[in-house]
Amino acid sequence: MATKILSDFTVGESGKIVKVTGEGRIRRRLFDMGVTPGAELTMRKKAPLGDPIEVTIRGYELTLRKAEAACVEVELK
Amino acid sequence: MKTFALAGNPNCGKTTLFNALTGATAHVGNWPGVTVDKREGVYKGGAEQAAVIDLPGIYSLSPYTPEEVISRNYILDEKPYGIINIVDATNLERNLYLTTQLLEMDVPVIIALNMMDEVQKAGDKLNAAALEKALGVPVVEISALKGTGIKELMARALAMPAERKGSTVLGKALGRQIAAAQAFYEEDGVSSPLFHAVKLLESDELELAKKGAKEALERAAGGEDMEAVIADERYKYISANLATAKVKAGREVLTKSDKIDRVLTHRVWAIPIFLVVLFLIFHLTFSEDLFFIGAIADAAGAPLPSVADLGYVLEDGETLTAAGRTISVFYDGAVFSPGVILFNALDACTSSLTDAIVGAMESAGAAEWSVGLLGDGVLGGIFAVLGFLPQILLLFLFFSILEDTGYMARIAFVLDRIFRRFGLSGRAFMPMIMGFGCSLPATINTRTLADEKERTATIRVIPFFSCGAKLPILTAIAGGIVMAFGVGNADVITFSMYLLGVCTAIIAVLLMRNTTLKGETPPFIMELPAYHVPGFKNLMLHLWDKTKHFVKKAFTIIFASTVIIWLFSHLTWNWHYIPDEEMQNSILASIGMFLQPIFTPLGFGSQLGAYGWVFAVAAITGLIAKENVIATFTTLALCIGAYVGEGTEEGIEEVTGLIAKISLETGISQQEFISALIAFIAFNMTTVPCFAACATARAELPRGKFKWTLLFWLVTSYITGTVIYTTGAWIWPVAIWIAVAAAVTALIVLRNLGKFDICALFKRRKKE
Repeated sequence: MATKILSDFTVGESGKIVKVTGEGRIRRRLFDMGVTPGAELTMRKKAPLGDPIEVTIRGYELTLRKAEAACVEVELK
Repeated sequence: MKTFALAGNPNCGKTTLFNALTGATAHVGNWPGVTVDKREGVYKGGAEQAAVIDLPGIYSLSPYTPEEVISRNYILDEKPYGIINIVDATNLERNLYLTTQLLEMDVPVIIALNMMDEVQKAGDKLNAAALEKALGVPVVEISALKGTGIKELMARALAMPAERKGSTVLGKALGRQIAAAQAFYEEDGVSSPLFHAVKLLESDELELAKKGAKEALERAAGGEDMEAVIADERYKYISANLATAKVKAGREVLTKSDKIDRVLTHRVWAIPIFLVVLFLIFHLTFSEDLFFIGAIADAAGAPLPSVADLGYVLEDGETLTAAGRTISVFYDGAVFSPGVILFNALDACTSSLTDAIVGAMESAGAAEWSVGLLGDGVLGGIFAVLGFLPQILLLFLFFSILEDTGYMARIAFVLDRIFRRFGLSGRAFMPMIMGFGCSLPATINTRTLADEKERTATIRVIPFFSCGAKLPILTAIAGGIVMAFGVGNADVITFSMYLLGVCTAIIAVLLMRNTTLKGETPPFIMELPAYHVPGFKNLMLHLWDKTKHFVKKAFTIIFASTVIIWLFSHLTWNWHYIPDEEMQNSILASIGMFLQPIFTPLGFGSQLGAYGWVFAVAAITGLIAKENVIATFTTLALCIGAYVGEGTEEGIEEVTGLIAKISLETGISQQEFISALIAFIAFNMTTVPCFAACATARAELPRGKFKWTLLFWLVTSYITGTVIYTTGAWIWPVAIWIAVAAAVTALIVLRNLGKFDICALFKRRKKE
C-alpha cells in the first residue's frame, strides 16, 4: 500500500495514519487531538494562502500547519 | 459545602453549563501565577448547595499548556469532592479521550452528556445507560443551552460516594507496565498512583522530575516508547467499547456549518469577507456617520441639517436647547453609530452630573481649589476613563460574538501563514487589530494566545496600533503643520503615521522574537469548532465581567494617578492653588522644563526655547488619556498667549498659534520644526499608553515583565522620534540609521546562528 506524508495531500484525499513522528511537544499535541496511528482522516481544504490545512479526523475538524502535517505518515485509501 | 470541578474540552458547552449552574453567584479571578480565567460560583438549585470551579477547557492532561497543568494540579492537589466532566455527545470519540484520563485519578467523576438534542436532530442515537455501564461512573443527559437535566446532574453528583479508586481503560493492553510503574508511586503513598503511573509511562515531564522516576520508568517500560501506544490504546478502547453506544444513522450530507464554512474560508472570498466584517465592527463602534448617510447626502448636493440648523438653539445661535442636546446624542448632520450614541449618552449624563455637583459647590461658597480638584481632577479624571466604557464594551461584544460563533478560529486559520513569518500565530491578529480601537480589550484578548512569549510580544506592540484616542493628536498637529507652514496634506500625514505605527510593531516583534523573547513559533494544531449561534446569556455575563473589571480599575489605580497629575498641574511648589490659566507656574510645568532637554534629540527639546516644555507636559498628561495631549496643548497655548480666543475643539488653531510663537522666538527653520512636530506625534503613538492600558498590560503580562515592557515602550518611542527628527531635519543621518539597522540585524543573525557570542567576547577581554 502506498503511504504519503500528510503535508503532500491534495484536497479530498483520505487514508489511515500509520506513523506519527516529530519532537515531544508537537507529537504529544497531535496524539491528544486524536492524530494517532490507526485513525482515519480526510483532507478537507487548504487555507487561502496554501497553509495551514484542514482535515476531518475522528468526527471533527482539525487544522494544522504543513510543518506539523509533515510528521504524519498516512496510508492512502 | 461540597466542591465540584467542571472539566471538559473547549467548545463543548462548558461555560454555558457553568453559567447555568451558578448564575449570578459566579465571579472571575486568575489562577495563581498565570493569566488564565478562574471562574467560581455556587449552585443553589437543589436541596444542598455546592461550590463549582470551572477548570479551563482542555483536550488532555499533558504537561505542555498552562491550562492542562492548572487542571491537573487542581484536581490532584486541591482534591475537589468530585469532577463534573462535560462531554459533547456530537463528538464523543475525542471528548472521551480526556474522560479516560480523568477516570485514572482517585476522585469521583460524573459525566454530563451535552448536546444530546443535536445528536437526535441529526438522526443519530446514543445510549446513555450503556455508556454509564461501560465507564462505571454516572452519566446524565443534559442540555446546557436549554438548562435541562441540570437538576438531575447535580442531585446525582451530590449523591456520589466520597471515595473512588482510579480505573483505567489501558489495563488489558498495558497492565503489566502500569502495575510496575504504580508500585513506584504506592511506595511513597501518593494519592492517585494509577494516574501518575500512566503519566510516567508517557514520559511526562512533570513525572520525570520526581526523584527516582527515570529509573522506575526504565524498569516498567524497558526502554520502549509508550507515548504513542498509550494514546493509541485509549482511542482504540473508546471506539471499540464506548463509541458503540452511539449508533450512527449514516449521513453524508453537508451540514449547515459546512455550508457556512465553504463561504467564509473560501479560497478567494475569505480575506475580503473578513475585511468587511472588520470594517463593520469598527464602523458600528466608532463612526460618526453611520453607513455614510451624511457623506452621501453631501455628495448628492442635499446635506443633512445639523441640530442647530433645525432650530434647537437658544438666542445666541450656538448653545443648544435641552431638546437639541438630546437629539445631538443621536444625530448631528449625520446619524451616529451605536458606539458613538452610547458614548454621547454617557457623556451627557456624566457632564450634567459634574455640572450639578460643581454648581452646588460654587453656590455653597466652596473654595476655588476644592471645586477644581473635585470637578476637573476627580470627576473629570474618572469620567474621562469611564467615558470609553461603552465603546470598549461594544468592541468586546462584537469580538465575543466572533469568538463564540467559531469564526475567530477560522480567521486564525486564514491568516496564520502571514503571521508565522514574524514568529506569531494567526491568533495574534485579532488582538493587534483591536488595538486600533482601544488597547484595553485588545490586551485582554491576548488570552486566546497559548504561548507566553507570543503573548508578551503581542501585548507590547498593541499600543503601536494607534487607538481611537490618539487620533485627535494626529489631526490637531497635522492640521497645525498644514495651517502654519502651508505645506503637506493633513490626511496624508495622518495615514502615514498609522502606517508608521504598524511598521514599528512589525520591526519590534521581529526584534523581540529573535532576541529577548526567542522561541519556536508555537504549534498551530487546533480544533475548528462547528459554527453556532452564540448564547445571549453567555455574552451578557461575559460583558458584565469586563465591566466590573474595568470599573474597579478606573476607581483605583487610574483614579489615583489622575488626581496626582491634576495636583501637579494646579499647584505651585509652595502648595498654592493656581487655576488653569496659570498652569505655566505649576509643578508639572517645572517638571516639563526640567525634562525638556531630554527631548532635544527628538526635536521638541531645548531647541524650541522658552516654550518647548509645553510638549513635555502634554506628553505627561497624555498618560491619563491620550485626549489630554491636545487638551493640555490648547490650555497651555492660551496660558502663554500663543492663541487668543475661545479655544476650539480640534485644537488646530491653538497648535498653529503655538507653532507661530515658537518659530518667531527661536528662529528655528521650517524643515526642522516640521520634523520635530512629526517626531512628537510618532513619540506619542509609540510611547507608554494611557494608565488604563498600562494597568491592563500589567495584569495580563507574566510576572516581572511589566517593568521591562514600560522600558521597551520608552526606548522604542525615543528611538522612533529621534530617527524621524534627525532624518527629516537633515536627511543625511538616514545613512547612519541604515548602517545601525544593518549592523544590529547582522549581529542578531550571527548570534542566532551561533557564530558570534557577545558574552564570550566580553569574557575574553577580561582574561586578557
